[in-house]
Amino acid sequence: MLPIMSAEPLLKVQDLCVTFRTGDRATVAAQGVSYELAAGEVLAIVGESGSGKSVSALALTRLLPPEPSCSLSGSVQLSGVELQGLPEDKLAKIRGGSIAYIFQEPGTSLNPVYTIGFQIGEAVALHRPEVKDIKAEVIRSLAEVHIHDPERVANQYPHELSGGMQQRAMIAMALACNPKILVADEPTTALDVTIQKEIMDLLARLRRERGMSIVLITHNFGIIANFADKVAVMWKGSIVESGPVEQIMRIQSHPYTKALIACIPRLGQRRRRLTTLSDELRVSR
Amino acid sequence: MSDNLLEVSDLSVHYPGRANWFFQKAEPKKAVDGISFVVPKGKTVGLVGESGSGKTTTGRAIVKLAPLTAGKILYQGVDIGILSNSAFLPWRKKIQMIFQDPYNSLNPRADILSILSEPLEIHFPQMTREDREVRCAELLRSVQLPAEHLRRFPHEFSGGQRQRIGIARALAVQPELIICDEPVSALDVSVQAEVVNLLQDLQEQFGLTYLFVAHDLAVVEHVSDHILVMSKGRIVEQGTPSEILGNPQHDYTKTLLAAVPRF
Repeated sequence: MLPIMSAEPLLKVQDLCVTFRTGDRATVAAQGVSYELAAGEVLAIVGESGSGKSVSALALTRLLPPEPSCSLSGSVQLSGVELQGLPEDKLAKIRGGSIAYIFQEPGTSLNPVYTIGFQIGEAVALHRPEVKDIKAEVIRSLAEVHIHDPERVANQYPHELSGGMQQRAMIAMALACNPKILVADEPTTALDVTIQKEIMDLLARLRRERGMSIVLITHNFGIIANFADKVAVMWKGSIVESGPVEQIMRIQSHPYTKALIACIPRLGQRRRRLTTLSDELRVSR
Repeated sequence: MSDNLLEVSDLSVHYPGRANWFFQKAEPKKAVDGISFVVPKGKTVGLVGESGSGKTTTGRAIVKLAPLTAGKILYQGVDIGILSNSAFLPWRKKIQMIFQDPYNSLNPRADILSILSEPLEIHFPQMTREDREVRCAELLRSVQLPAEHLRRFPHEFSGGQRQRIGIARALAVQPELIICDEPVSALDVSVQAEVVNLLQDLQEQFGLTYLFVAHDLAVVEHVSDHILVMSKGRIVEQGTPSEILGNPQHDYTKTLLAAVPRF
């Protein structure tokens, strides 16, 4: 059951801007990004590489280079509490605590020299000091993501696991601290379709059972249509279109969204040529 | 001679398993286990399957990047599977490969001119430096990149542009067959569409034959004349795209199709 939505959104992002500076050049990676996320809701952020979708998600907890190479403005409110300008030690508790992340390539986000169990245990020890039996908690979290032999996997190193298993371990780590919001940055891009389905089914179940909100960054419209409640389309650092998923999948008001959906080959609808983005819609590269 | 450019029969690639504590010989790992298929000239054969199904190994075995355990690889009637590496050289010119990861398949320390020149130096030793430079500029244009980019280095390009450079490198030696190993999996959907269209244009222009290895069924359906479905080292089903997608016979194909999120 979804929890009853309160008037106050769980996450409220307003006018978020991220600027990177190298030498005397400034690059605006995200500009005027605003959205709201209710408890239990799934927001999909879609866009191409370089559209600012990952950067704006990382900016939620300032997981970015320090000033002056990167400057951040705007407001991020978690349950009414402003996160921008919060001191680093407070923010560190929120990262991985209330807001947890999983990334695209599980192989590179896990530390290769520690066992899976150690890495999950580390997160538990840091964010939930009240937990006495960390080992039991690690095993429980691995079992929750449908890893069949959690005791064995806890003692394995990342390289001993397949991509799908590594991503499960990442999810277990993210969930071990009972986050309110899970930011999943292209969680299945590196995986096969059958494994992708398993991972997405798993995330859907965890969301249902825990009432957890998910910010899902992806460029797969199939996943969005089946999984998200709301969609925000990013282009050149800004959200150009957003709304409920049914609406955006049916009628796209921004030409970029339209073009992006048109260039995807679909099963059973063979065309002679794929549609490509027109020059004015292409992100300059 | 038949219309088949490539005829593969009973191809197997086995890797030795790790011996156990008692030094007993372990079961070999059967990456590819007795597969047979043909690739007709001028057509595209799609090869789909999960990671670990042996699809990449199959492609690599054809160009001798994976050791052959058994089977025959006939290229226009000649068994290229038994050739030594040096005897295989003339066929390397005919069979080229495009790799999945455009970030790792280009030498970061070489500029585009040297990346594209290298295959020319090997296969066209009579070419002068000037000839090569002219040819490289022409290659860049054929993959829709400006010829001025010859002096740039791989890190200056986006993923899609790098994949175009990888394609230009494969085209340099005027191949007949190109093995495309997941050429668009690492790309954004919009860039993916551009690269797929480019591959199809080049096929028409140069009469190329493709073995297109990928895990994205929609892309494979779009480009292929014939599809092979691989699972656990074997081909479990093959047919035209409409047969495979419209009426899948094997359970694995059905699972694969069911896993694709539709919209």
